[in-house]
Amino acid sequence: MPGSSFIRTVNAEAVDFRDIPVMDFADFRESIIEEIRAGGRISAMPACPAEDGLLRIIAVLSLPVSGEILIGSTCINGSWPSITPDCTAAHWFEREIAEIHSVTPNGHPWLKPIRFQPPHDISLQEYSLQCGNAKFLGLDGEESHEVAVGPVHAGIIEPGHFRFLCHGETVYHLEISLGYQHRGIERAMKGGPGVRALHYMETLAGDTTIGHATAYCMAIEALSAISVPPRSLAIRAIAAELERIANHVGDLGALAGDVGFLPTMSYCGRIRGDVLNMTALLCGNRFGRGLVRPSGTAFNLDKNLIDELMLRLKSTEKDITSAVELMFDTPSVLSRFEGTGALSEETAREAGLVGVAARATGMNCDVRNEFPYGMYCFSQLHACTWNTGDCFARAYVRWLEIRSSIEFIRTQLLNLPDGPVSCKTAPISKEKITVSLVEGWRGEICHVAVTDKEGRFAFYKVVDPSFHNWFGLALALRNQQISDFPLCNKSFNLSYCGHDL
Amino acid sequence: MDMKLFGPVIHILLALVISPLLMGIINRTKAKFAGRKGQPLLQPYYDIIKLLRKGSVYSTTTTWVFRLGPVAGLSAMIIAILIIPSGGINSLLSFPCDFILMAYILGVARFLTVTAALDTGSPFEGMGASREMQFAILAEVVMFMGVAVLAVGTGKISLSSIYYTLWDSNFTNIAPAVFLVALSFLIVLLTENARIPVDDPNTHLELTMIHEVMVLDHGGVDLALIQYGSCLKLWLFSSLLAGMAIPVRTGIMIVDMGINTVGILLISVFVGIIESGMARLKLLHIPQMLLAAFSVTAAAFLWVLR
Repeated sequence: MPGSSFIRTVNAEAVDFRDIPVMDFADFRESIIEEIRAGGRISAMPACPAEDGLLRIIAVLSLPVSGEILIGSTCINGSWPSITPDCTAAHWFEREIAEIHSVTPNGHPWLKPIRFQPPHDISLQEYSLQCGNAKFLGLDGEESHEVAVGPVHAGIIEPGHFRFLCHGETVYHLEISLGYQHRGIERAMKGGPGVRALHYMETLAGDTTIGHATAYCMAIEALSAISVPPRSLAIRAIAAELERIANHVGDLGALAGDVGFLPTMSYCGRIRGDVLNMTALLCGNRFGRGLVRPSGTAFNLDKNLIDELMLRLKSTEKDITSAVELMFDTPSVLSRFEGTGALSEETAREAGLVGVAARATGMNCDVRNEFPYGMYCFSQLHACTWNTGDCFARAYVRWLEIRSSIEFIRTQLLNLPDGPVSCKTAPISKEKITVSLVEGWRGEICHVAVTDKEGRFAFYKVVDPSFHNWFGLALALRNQQISDFPLCNKSFNLSYCGHDL
Repeated sequence: MDMKLFGPVIHILLALVISPLLMGIINRTKAKFAGRKGQPLLQPYYDIIKLLRKGSVYSTTTTWVFRLGPVAGLSAMIIAILIIPSGGINSLLSFPCDFILMAYILGVARFLTVTAALDTGSPFEGMGASREMQFAILAEVVMFMGVAVLAVGTGKISLSSIYYTLWDSNFTNIAPAVFLVALSFLIVLLTENARIPVDDPNTHLELTMIHEVMVLDHGGVDLALIQYGSCLKLWLFSSLLAGMAIPVRTGIMIVDMGINTVGILLISVFVGIIESGMARLKLLHIPQMLLAAFSVTAAAFLWVLR
């Protein structure tokens, strides 16, 4: 029976680490492949050293159909038969394990470092540690040429290296080389949680402060078996949706800017600031830093603040609507968006995409629905999807989500539960594992925390949605015009630091 | 001074002094539409002055070809300005078929810009050069077809005499053809001057650029020459368009020149409005737009032949 030996749990619940089965590798591999075929997703695949110099690979699979999370593991010695040939979604995860632990997935079709981080055991080091110093694909023939962009870019964006294999103006393949933002966050979390842990989480991907902080707090709360008051859950959800609106509005403006449509670009830039200021009203910081705390939230909402937020929400909604509808009503904008960088639902599923990029292809995936957590357990949000998978779809899904988020915030503000916003903390339990899934504005955020005998982190794994989606961008660009790359890139708007950690 | 020379000299002085203002007007119009305050109208002058006071940095992979580009480009543009009339007022350099010289002087400027871009060896500049040439070839055809319409319609073969007779009372029967040519000439203007919907002069995205990407490696004085040259180019095309589109010839030189100059400034406002109201075309669609402009001039040609 597939997945039978995997342990079944739900979002943000602590399980005894000893209960995680160590399976025979063939079983492990077969179970993953079957679960993914049946509609599951690989949410995380961390590895940690086990006894006798073996490496223990832990697979965290999420099953949207049943809302369950499966955890299983296997031990390998130096190498293993790669899962990727039978399950494409595993390819980035296997490359990550190979890079960190200097082990080899035999038969992996495209084995190279993803972020050039030094292996845990430096003596085992097999790869060059220098970012971008790798073997790149090449293209031979008449009219074929390669264009290298970055890691230093013309705009104020993060560093990343892009290599286009082109035939004239058409892109055959795009190779993305990241790692320039690697700071070793996961390693710094080991032995924690220390005083800096929450700060690391909040700044891990600066634009997803609430998303990652919430995932971290959910993990800590599950490990210490406390349940936080409903009022703080509502405030977290409001902050998360404000974060979603702010980023989506910024993205829509930037998309307009990339096709040279100025009015929407200028207005959205300003409106994004208005939304960030609403978050600042909540907690004093425009990105929501310091709001979400293990045990609740650090700030409460009083009547005046709720009224002010309702007022601002109304005027912001009006502004967003006029700016965004102007863009979607302009034929020249639509002609740029439609059909550009299209991905099929099949491809998106196979590559394991999440979030806006996946929903734009018609995939009905949204953690808030599939694995409800916090306030989303009580107040349902439907997943906003579109079916064309192109830049238009990615823009339009954002617009749909902005509207549903505004409605959600309004409902929450009007029906805010009474009571305190934080509870007493408790010590973290020993030898537990917990998986917390959160729908950040980019997509599924997954945090996996494992504690040791002293109740400290044996390891802490973070999977940002960008980790799943960078390869999706490369796929979306095949057979596209190279001049459309900035538009496609912006329509994904992935995080470099969230990927590099 | 000979009165015959007075008009052309004033026009050239106006072009040399006012042309950067056109960029300022376009930027200000775009800012208004975007709800911004916008940069000062004279910002293009400030930019050019600032750049003139800077030094230039040259990549070690470049040769004299790279340094030739900006100087030759600006000189070519000034020669071209000498050839164009201002509304009904004759130009300084006028002779039969002078428009061929003007078109190919612009061609020389483009050639030197492109070779300077290729000289850097950067893949970006190579891409920009290839795009620039592709669209310029099509725009050139439209421009020649347009001048052919005017030449056949007026029976003259120098730019000055064409523009002098264009809006005579005898020639009002070719008015529809002239307006059609003006329409396609607007598209040529947008293409040649790298404006939206063809190119986005404000973007920082090298992969999407056409014209801007070719001058990425130039700096300081060289960049000032390039920017000034593109201001003159905008003036040149705006002046030709204004002379066509404004059906007024009073015969009084100062008034005619005033009308033409106001027309040029209004064209800048209009370009700003176009840029505010629409997105850039896909690169694949630009040849289609230029072919549409060609069809319009071809229709105008049929009109004057009838």
